[in-house]
Amino acid sequence: MSYNPHEIRKDFPILQRKTHDNVPLVYLDSTATSQKPLAVIEAMNEYYRRSNANIHRGVHTLAEEATAMYEEAREKIAGFINAPSSKQIIYTRNATESINLVAYTWARANLKTGDLVVLTEMEHHSNLVPWLMLQAERGIELEFISVTEDGLLDLDSYKTLLSRTLRHAQGGAPKLVAFTHMSNVLGTINPAAEIIRMAHEAGAITVVDAAQSVPHLKMDVQALNADFLAFSAHKMCGPTGVGALYGKAELLESMPPFLGGGDMIKEVKLRSFRPNTLPHKFEAGTPAIAEAVGFGAAVDYLTKVGMDNIAAHEHEITEYALERLEEIPGVKLFGPSADKKGGVAAFTFEGVHPHDVAQILDRDGIAIRAGHHCAQPLHEKFGIPATSRASFYLYNTKEEVDLLVNGLYKVRELFG
Amino acid sequence: MDDLYREVIIEHYKNPSYRGHLDPHDIQFADNNPLCGDHIEITLQTAADGTVKDARFDGHGCAISQASADLLIESIIGKPLDEVKSLNKQSILDMLGIELGPVRLKCALLSLKVLKAGVYGLGEASDELVE
Ligand SMILES: Cc1ncc(COP(=O)(O)O)c(C=O)c1O
Repeated sequence: MSYNPHEIRKDFPILQRKTHDNVPLVYLDSTATSQKPLAVIEAMNEYYRRSNANIHRGVHTLAEEATAMYEEAREKIAGFINAPSSKQIIYTRNATESINLVAYTWARANLKTGDLVVLTEMEHHSNLVPWLMLQAERGIELEFISVTEDGLLDLDSYKTLLSRTLRHAQGGAPKLVAFTHMSNVLGTINPAAEIIRMAHEAGAITVVDAAQSVPHLKMDVQALNADFLAFSAHKMCGPTGVGALYGKAELLESMPPFLGGGDMIKEVKLRSFRPNTLPHKFEAGTPAIAEAVGFGAAVDYLTKVGMDNIAAHEHEITEYALERLEEIPGVKLFGPSADKKGGVAAFTFEGVHPHDVAQILDRDGIAIRAGHHCAQPLHEKFGIPATSRASFYLYNTKEEVDLLVNGLYKVRELFG
Repeated sequence: MDDLYREVIIEHYKNPSYRGHLDPHDIQFADNNPLCGDHIEITLQTAADGTVKDARFDGHGCAISQASADLLIESIIGKPLDEVKSLNKQSILDMLGIELGPVRLKCALLSLKVLKAGVYGLGEASDELVE
């Protein structure tokens, strides 16, 4: 049976709505956040209608149900990325918090002045600022794998960075490589397994910012051999307010806890405490329970549709979109060709600011994003303050790409 | 086609009359809109009688931010500085002749914010200047 996005669209109530002047919504902003299928909305509703209670330690029926639902969702998420155990899935608020968790616990326990942390020039601010903060506090060294004109990582520059040792009396060897699996601007899918293998050979551990890859590609953390991997539910058909950090068990075991409070402890005395076992050690306070349940439902939904089908569909749409966008005079696309990227098309339009592009398209119900997309250094590298970005997911159609292209011709006309 | 993109706005965006930089100048100020990366610099020469002798704006950004800068400069040349100080959000909206949502309002008001911070000789441009 062939994949039919028109059938998929029926699962998403919001895609049935109209915007201005009764025009249908053309949602091309899933890289910022995806829409939610009815199954996810209903799962959270059902949780609140039937089972709402605080989790763990409770013995009454609702508390047991709520705890079971929360933990079942964790199992589903673990299965979805092929984690060896659900104990290695830490619930967080989002990918940003997952990365910060590593920066606050593992990194503060293991990195000292002069240690080298390798990032890339295409990072989202959430995988840059935590390391800049650590640099200000600890004096770690930061270096960046460079991005080529085509929007690919220059692995030769990476090799050079890794081979650099003992620049400082105190150290200087690469200790950590933190990189995005898929760029939210260029769409580039980075060779994560290779980057990780090279990091390990140099004695460094890795943080994979998988905020854009887990929603769109079949993820296997064991095949990648990732040490830490961060993602958000809201970009993969789940709710806002919940995300996950995957970590290798021995790393998670060895790290100090993150936030202190209820649930993350085994025992508390007035003058001491013992932290809880995994994964609870990193989950202080009452978590986003309904959202975790919704996260589990999102994983079920994506699994049912099939991640391979989703990736193939997105590839087809992206190839078509790049081809159509390229033919518009004045449009300049950023990032590699369709075979090396996910469903993201960032572009500039000669003589028209991205905000004006987005605003004019909005009149036709077309939702794209304009700005630096939380990747200011990357835009600076390409010498532009901002881009317009259309992005595609399982529910987008070629007809929507055509509407986008028609809208861009209108922009052209208006700004002549 | 679209209220927001009235001809006058597109015209001032594409062919601004007051884009540039005055040297020498008596007043100079620049600021960004961090949300969009819009950037506006204003340079201004004052006359002995306390009026604006000449002024220019420079920078980059969306049609709304650049057109309102051009319209603003056009409106203040020859005017007493005291009158410039009394300009507010409504003055800009009247010049543009459109209504704006909260996000685009920031684009429209950037040039006035920069102008008033400069005229008042402030270290920083704050949103209160244009309320
Ligand atoms: C590549 C990448 N990393 C990290 C993030 C941060 O995700 P969140 O805001 O859900 O923490 C995003 C979201 O835009 C992203 O695209």
